[in-house]
Amino acid sequence: MATIHVDIVSAEGQIFSGEAAMVFAPAAMGEIGIAPRHAPLLTTLKPGEVRVQLPGGEEQFFFVGGGAIEIQPHLVTVLADTALRAKDIDEAAALQAKQRAEEALKDRAGKIDVAEAQAELARAVAQIKAIEKLRKIKQ
Amino acid sequence: MPGVKEIRVKIASFKSTQKITKAMEMVAASKMRKAQERMRATRPYAEKIRTVIGHLRLANPDYKHPFMVERDVNAVGFIIVTTDRGLCGGLNVNLFKATLAAMRDWQKQGKKVSVCLIGSKGVQFFRRLGGVETLATVTHLGDRPHVNDLIGTVKVMLDQYKEGKLDRLFLVNNEFINTMSQKPVVRQLLPVVTEDEDKLQKLWDYIYEPSASELLEGVLMRYIESQVYQGAVENVASEMAARMVAMKSATDNAGKLIEELQLIYNKARQAAITKEISEIVGGAAAV
Repeated sequence: MATIHVDIVSAEGQIFSGEAAMVFAPAAMGEIGIAPRHAPLLTTLKPGEVRVQLPGGEEQFFFVGGGAIEIQPHLVTVLADTALRAKDIDEAAALQAKQRAEEALKDRAGKIDVAEAQAELARAVAQIKAIEKLRKIKQ
Repeated sequence: MPGVKEIRVKIASFKSTQKITKAMEMVAASKMRKAQERMRATRPYAEKIRTVIGHLRLANPDYKHPFMVERDVNAVGFIIVTTDRGLCGGLNVNLFKATLAAMRDWQKQGKKVSVCLIGSKGVQFFRRLGGVETLATVTHLGDRPHVNDLIGTVKVMLDQYKEGKLDRLFLVNNEFINTMSQKPVVRQLLPVVTEDEDKLQKLWDYIYEPSASELLEGVLMRYIESQVYQGAVENVASEMAARMVAMKSATDNAGKLIEELQLIYNKARQAAITKEISEIVGGAAAV
């Protein structure tokens, strides 16, 4: 039986690599089934399930949060996103990153770093204790 | 000569410090191994995505995505990956030195420099330094950074680039060479530098869904993100290696100090005993 090589990779690691009889993927324009000797195709993926039918007939499922798929006659490469991606989610994340930068700048004059503040506090406590001891001795 | 008791207390305190540094060393060693594995795991994605970009470029020689076009440089951006915690030797300091050297080159030419910071050490450093615009920050990624946490930060820089506010983007992180050495590297992210085209298989004609240009945009963005992610993971591995080495030398130094103190302690104890005996003998002789 003809097989097709499948690689499913994400930025954080390889998810699957092996031969398959057939692959199903949630392409942007609808679910596609990929048999060996499929025409070369490049398309984006929607969040969903990639099904890999192994030569033995067994099926394996992989969830992808979107991404892209490249198909060559004997090779399928799924570039999976690890995160759910949407324009507004990305936008919100970008906004947060900007805000963090602004807050970090504001801190320059006002707040001191927590570690520094803690060290300062420890020193102050030690001083108070020392003063109290001195007082006791004097009395 | 300090008292016998003070020396004993000092030795005990050194010993407990040594225990802590030893534990930190071992923790860093095991974390380093895991980080190295993650570093290796990112490689297939980067390679695959690079081939896809190559194919896309070959298929559309006329279409130029803004991420690929070289333009006159007026402003440059740096994405700087630093650690969140200290006690890792000169790792961050070396990185800042390399970064500042690279920045100065651009500033001398009168170009504007802005930065994007990953890791709280970088945030602290540039807060103190001032004079450089910080566009985005992300801290406390932990020992296992995730792509999710980086998307927003990277997007800020990519948007700036698209709007023409940045003409070049660099990534600065520590390269993990081996356990003993980590080197800060400054790499260009944008415009994308692609491999020589001879290696790629030609004559592919793909069916594109949707259009090739839209695909290229998505793929390029993910490529940049994966590069930054790779940098972050590599930096974690470097951090752990540097911490391991720093803690090992701290443990060794503590050991040396304890040995020296032990000698002084023995001498002091001996002196005290001798003194006591001579006092007793002197007292007996007087009677």
